[in-house]
Amino acid sequence: MVNDNKTLSSLSRRRFIQGSAAGLVIGVHLPMFVGKSAFASPASNDLAANAFVRVNSDNTVTVLIKHIEFGQGAYTGLATLVAEDMEAAWSQMRAEHAPTNVDLYKNLAFGVQGTGGSTGLANSYLQMRRAGANAKQLLVNAAAQEWGVPATEISVNEGVVSHSSSAKKATFGELVKTASTLELPSEEPVLKSADSFRLIGTDVPKIDSMEKSTGQAQYTLDIYQPNMLTAVVAHAPAFGATVKSFDATGAKKVAGVVDVKQIPSGIAVYGKNTHAAIKGRQALQIDWDFSKAETRSSEQLTKAFQAAVKQPGTEVVNRGDAKSIVANSSNRLEVEILFPYLAHAPMETLDAVMVFEGDKLTAWFGSQIPTMDQGSIAGNLGLKPENVTIHTMLAGGSFGRRTQPDAGFAVEAAQVAKAAGNGIPVKTLWTREDDIKGGRYRPMALHKMSAAMDQQGNITAWQHAIATQSILKGTMFESMMQNGIDPSSVEGVNDLQYEVPNLYVDLHDMEAGVPVLWWRSVGHTHTAYAVETFIDMLLEKAEQDPVQGRLALLGDRPREKGVLEHVAKMEAKAGPVPEGRARGVAVVKSFGSYVAQIAEVSVGDNQLPVVHHVWCAVDCGLAVNTNVVRAQIEGGLGYGLDAMLHGEITLGDNGQVEQSNFHDYTALRINQMPNVEIDIIKSAESPSGVGEPGTPPIAPAVSNAWRRLTGQYVQVLPFTKGIKRQNA
Amino acid sequence: MAITLNINGTKKSVDVPADTPLLWVIRDELKLTGTKFGCGMAQCGACTVHLNGAPQRSCVMPVGAAASMSITTIEAVDDQYSQALQAAWEELDVPQCGYCQSGQIMSAIGVLKNHPNPTDQNIDNGMSGNICRCASYGNIRKAILLAASKIKTTEV
Repeated sequence: MVNDNKTLSSLSRRRFIQGSAAGLVIGVHLPMFVGKSAFASPASNDLAANAFVRVNSDNTVTVLIKHIEFGQGAYTGLATLVAEDMEAAWSQMRAEHAPTNVDLYKNLAFGVQGTGGSTGLANSYLQMRRAGANAKQLLVNAAAQEWGVPATEISVNEGVVSHSSSAKKATFGELVKTASTLELPSEEPVLKSADSFRLIGTDVPKIDSMEKSTGQAQYTLDIYQPNMLTAVVAHAPAFGATVKSFDATGAKKVAGVVDVKQIPSGIAVYGKNTHAAIKGRQALQIDWDFSKAETRSSEQLTKAFQAAVKQPGTEVVNRGDAKSIVANSSNRLEVEILFPYLAHAPMETLDAVMVFEGDKLTAWFGSQIPTMDQGSIAGNLGLKPENVTIHTMLAGGSFGRRTQPDAGFAVEAAQVAKAAGNGIPVKTLWTREDDIKGGRYRPMALHKMSAAMDQQGNITAWQHAIATQSILKGTMFESMMQNGIDPSSVEGVNDLQYEVPNLYVDLHDMEAGVPVLWWRSVGHTHTAYAVETFIDMLLEKAEQDPVQGRLALLGDRPREKGVLEHVAKMEAKAGPVPEGRARGVAVVKSFGSYVAQIAEVSVGDNQLPVVHHVWCAVDCGLAVNTNVVRAQIEGGLGYGLDAMLHGEITLGDNGQVEQSNFHDYTALRINQMPNVEIDIIKSAESPSGVGEPGTPPIAPAVSNAWRRLTGQYVQVLPFTKGIKRQNA
Repeated sequence: MAITLNINGTKKSVDVPADTPLLWVIRDELKLTGTKFGCGMAQCGACTVHLNGAPQRSCVMPVGAAASMSITTIEAVDDQYSQALQAAWEELDVPQCGYCQSGQIMSAIGVLKNHPNPTDQNIDNGMSGNICRCASYGNIRKAILLAASKIKTTEV
């Protein structure tokens, strides 16, 4: 029993390990265990080696993962880093979510505890390795004391601590008791050199595959507590509408409905079980006030966007004299591309279990930015932030859905729990209809691009107008805006990767009452399509090869060129294009990583593209786990393909969302998934993210293949809408 | 009303309205949480269970209609198909977020039972009712083929 109060308090002094290259000061001090999940087994035999590493006397090593695990492999990736420098055996590694504690567990890229922007692995890379090395040193010190030998003579290999001249050996677990009595090592740990890596850069098996293949993995939906109620909330049928009045008589008659309460975001129906709550909600009579609602249809919004790009916007880039060169060019090309709203539709809808007790709230949910959720819940409900305890759960996907800057869903669930009464745990569940109709979409966007070419086919000027809704404006992230420009509206265009001597970019910041949010790869979801399809058409007009033409324009961008050259080699190896098919290419840098894709496409029975094969080259710096990298890139590609083919949220008359579930907001299925071949470029550069970078290139690659195959340049997304069908 | 279910080899009595979807009885009443909610309208397959040995969507099946059937959930599958599939799922690290994977496994068992040597078309037909938003489809296909090959090797 090493984890009694006496031991904990004697070990809990703050300690710091001085960072090296990056100049970071990284706290590797002890967790207080205050946030430990009520569902985890009591850890009576644990050694808390530092804030990130626990060693159990059963010889398991548990890494406290500061990032939410929702499919991107945070558990495996961060545990790999710890195991590498701890010299642990992979089979002894375990992972669980860290508690909410911004001092200990902040994302070093953000300064708050949270996950996003494909930063998880990158910001943790040195921190987790130091945590592993630090824990190893503690165990070495324990062995030195037990055996009475100098620590410098002790080595560690695959989880076994040994002293060769005395032939003494011990497992980590056997050293827990002694280690728990020692002062924690305070010296800067020495990290391994890259040439001695055993785990980093290999395909270690994911740490959670079996529990996720047997139904044992526990998500928020799987929490059942004594006396727990389940609540669903009736939300307004248009964004910005509010409750005028409601009649709960019918709802309360439904068997199993316990209560009905008004909360700021709608009417909450509490049931003894999910079915009762859903049925009760159907029986509600609600009179809505639409006076402040967004009532425009998608068609009306489109007209507003089209009118905007005809006017001057806010200048983003003005290099050379692009506007007048384009205006006076006799060899000018112009396109306008329209992108719809998109829902994220993760498999697990939004859900949370929360309970109020006095002035404290305890919450269990897939919290993507716990610091923000904690602060927003506290602020909205008048609680002290330290009285809001969040236990982060495994989440069934997110793709941006769970990162709401105003913590809207977390606050709603807290209000539902508060309205239920003291001490009553409530599971608030959004149904799929709530999810699809619930807003926070990838914003609609309209791109208008014009380019001028000289007689030799060189692009002399590029003019680019973007009309879209800002994701950051009006949120706590507004400070990231520069001169009124939301970088997530223009990323990929303001830093156009192609060398054109004259460039003009302006932005039209569109106001609409539809709440928007980052969606896997954010601005690149539309900017990559605009840039990569337009350049492809310009190169075709100039009778240039799509790969060679791009390479010539990529200038001093060796990593973009590297993945492009590599993917071209992969494609060349596959041989000539089969009859009736065409190939298209795209290369995009996003979130610090570089991805090039070539898609092979034919025309399907329904006149939509069938994507047979995708070759893909990725440069994400040092790939810590190639297995996870492949899965993320392939998954991101599938997510982007899904949206380009048929993803679309539309608003009908009176601003009501026209889609509601997977029958009309269709998802990519196994028969639509291409064969994907991925090569990861060997690199010694710092690791960069892979959650998002797989998404942007696929839509333009498929579109470019489609244009070469059919002559159609699809300028209205998704393809189900934008393709001019022969029969239509 | 009291309904007796034959689930995972045992008889369980539940007191719920007969129109309650089987999914919510399995989860809320019996606390078998491997079967997931994804859409509530038989579009995504996250709720797939076996009724009399065949994959079915439990989210649209009224519990009253399931009372006469033998129900199996992910927690109780244990035959050569499930074992080979779950081993293949682990070997190829199929799950990403993992939320849909119970349903994927339940459907994949159905594929192998009907097609011990599945073609790509068999896999498409048997698995296209199951959505994976992480798009782990490539690995799902490979894992089904791997499981089929391992079962065949064992039988030979």
